[in-house]
Amino acid sequence: MYLRGPNGSGKTTLLRTLAGLLQPESGEVLWNGTSIRRQRDAFHDELLYLGHLNALKGDLNAIENLRMDNAVRNRPLSEKAAWRLMEDIGLRGHEDLPIKHLSQGQKRRVALARLWCSQAALWILDEPFSALDVAAVEALQAVIRDHLARGGMVVLTTHQEVELTCDTAFRVTLGQEVPEVSHA
Amino acid sequence: MQNRLINWFKFSSPATFYPLAGRLAPIFWVLAIVLIGIGLYMSFFVAPVDYKQGDGYRIIFIHVPASWMSMFIYIVMAGWSAIGLIFNTRLSAMMAQALAPTGAMFAFVSLWTGSFWGKPMWGTWWVWDARITSELILLFLYLGYMALVGAIDDRRRADRAGAILLLVGVVNVPIIYFSVKWWNTLHQGATIKMNGQTSMDETMLQTMLIMALGFWAYSIAAAMVRVRAIILEREMGATWVRELIGDRA
Amino acid sequence: MLEALLWIVRRDVTIALRRRTDVFTTLIFFLIVVSLFPLGIGPELDTLRLIAPGVVWVGALLASMLALEQLFLADHRDGTLEQILLAPQPLPVLVIGKVIAHWLITGLPLVIMAPVLGLQYDLSAEALSVMVWSLLLGTPTLSLLGAIGAALTLGLRSGGVLVALLVLPLYIPVLIFGAGAVEATTSGLGGGAHLSMLGAILLVAILGTPLATAAALRIANE
Repeated sequence: MYLRGPNGSGKTTLLRTLAGLLQPESGEVLWNGTSIRRQRDAFHDELLYLGHLNALKGDLNAIENLRMDNAVRNRPLSEKAAWRLMEDIGLRGHEDLPIKHLSQGQKRRVALARLWCSQAALWILDEPFSALDVAAVEALQAVIRDHLARGGMVVLTTHQEVELTCDTAFRVTLGQEVPEVSHA
Repeated sequence: MQNRLINWFKFSSPATFYPLAGRLAPIFWVLAIVLIGIGLYMSFFVAPVDYKQGDGYRIIFIHVPASWMSMFIYIVMAGWSAIGLIFNTRLSAMMAQALAPTGAMFAFVSLWTGSFWGKPMWGTWWVWDARITSELILLFLYLGYMALVGAIDDRRRADRAGAILLLVGVVNVPIIYFSVKWWNTLHQGATIKMNGQTSMDETMLQTMLIMALGFWAYSIAAAMVRVRAIILEREMGATWVRELIGDRA
Repeated sequence: MLEALLWIVRRDVTIALRRRTDVFTTLIFFLIVVSLFPLGIGPELDTLRLIAPGVVWVGALLASMLALEQLFLADHRDGTLEQILLAPQPLPVLVIGKVIAHWLITGLPLVIMAPVLGLQYDLSAEALSVMVWSLLLGTPTLSLLGAIGAALTLGLRSGGVLVALLVLPLYIPVLIFGAGAVEATTSGLGGGAHLSMLGAILLVAILGTPLATAAALRIANE
């Protein structure tokens, strides 16, 4: 599902509400027919949320960051798997550097590396394509395509037009009287 | 029964509570003035002179009810907070916030009158007595709550953060009181036993109860006035407020 | 669940060890506060012995409070707190991990440093050992209670001062029993009862405060 709209139209708010970070003023978010508030851990087990922030610790290196992140998410990542992951995202040779010494784009890649090792069914991505170079955008598109091919779901916001082939795609545009929903 | 239940929730909406508070406030103002008036008259002219403490003891007619109210209001605020967190009602947090300044004022009055009482009785303005110390800490808890709610710009976050603080506080108050008491008994030097209150005269007790009721009425009246202001401020954008202001203008 | 908790402890301690100045600031603050009292009161050892438990405990209170603001702030700023909130784990357990790390970084050094400061105040060996025990049982409670205040004031403009206002009244029982234990020992009464009370308060705090902190964190992140 594509979420579009001008700045301030509430894209991020909607994504945060879907992820369960925000409590809606009225109404509720359902997952498999049950309110996510009543099955928080089960829902979060199937969710991967990436916000504007990279959620990386500047003082830790990429490997430590990734392993830490996966451990908290209950999906322990072995040292070896983490190294392989670094190769997937094209950051081989930067493993020992604390994240704070990496460039903006490299940090973003480490943050997105979570997608490569994710088993979550639902991905909620807030502006995943920002700060990425052409090669990285392509790699990201590929991993999203794979995820969709496996039957996964993606909700994302983006300003740029991205080629994604899949069976069902909703395009939701916020910032109008009635949100425009089109089926492609 | 079902009917009554619906009625309660109807009044938990700010739009319906606003006019109700407006009708209740004057009633309680009148009650407060009458009761406190009678109470003051009784405490100065009816209640007998204490055989041990002379006329100076009369300040306890303000001191003791003020202490009661300061503690009671804190518990009421915590109760409102619990309701607010469970049922997600907006009015609950507004009520807690409307009560906070009154509670803090009573805690302060209690300390102040206690110190005025202490000077002639014990020869010192301040005694590290368990009750006085606990009252001081209660005042700190009130100030902390008001500071927290005031520091958060987002109203919804302020309501809920304040509610959590009050609930944590209300769990802690007994522990604090108990530990202060323990601390106090270990430092016997500073304690003064107050035996005067155990053999209280009938009229003294009546006076104190009337004063307490008067303070009750005052607290309700003040809270109603304050909650009306809070409702107006919060619901500025709502249609019913605009209609209301439109009527007056 | 437990594994995630240990990872959080490990992560925070690693980060703290990589920026050691943060750890030392707390410790040095503690040293300075405690060393200031004799300068203000006078060097008579009889007086100093009398006030030592209170001074050391108030110093520990202030020092542990100083580091509170940072407890969740860094995680809040870089987005890792969001990920922790979205983890498929009970949030209170992860909060305990954060608190344990915080205590290891700021509380434990105070406990280790305290006997040295006690010597400055001419405390007996027995009083010193009771002081270490009381700090060992009391400072984790300070971290647990402080976490509530840190979560409630997360990201507010006046966060640091506000935390002090919220948290210090809640610290009072710990202060009373902590300083009381040392005092009871020096006066020959024995500090056992005080230490048991500190232990009981710690147990209650472990069970109760993570829930409040978790709720406050969710609210602060809305």
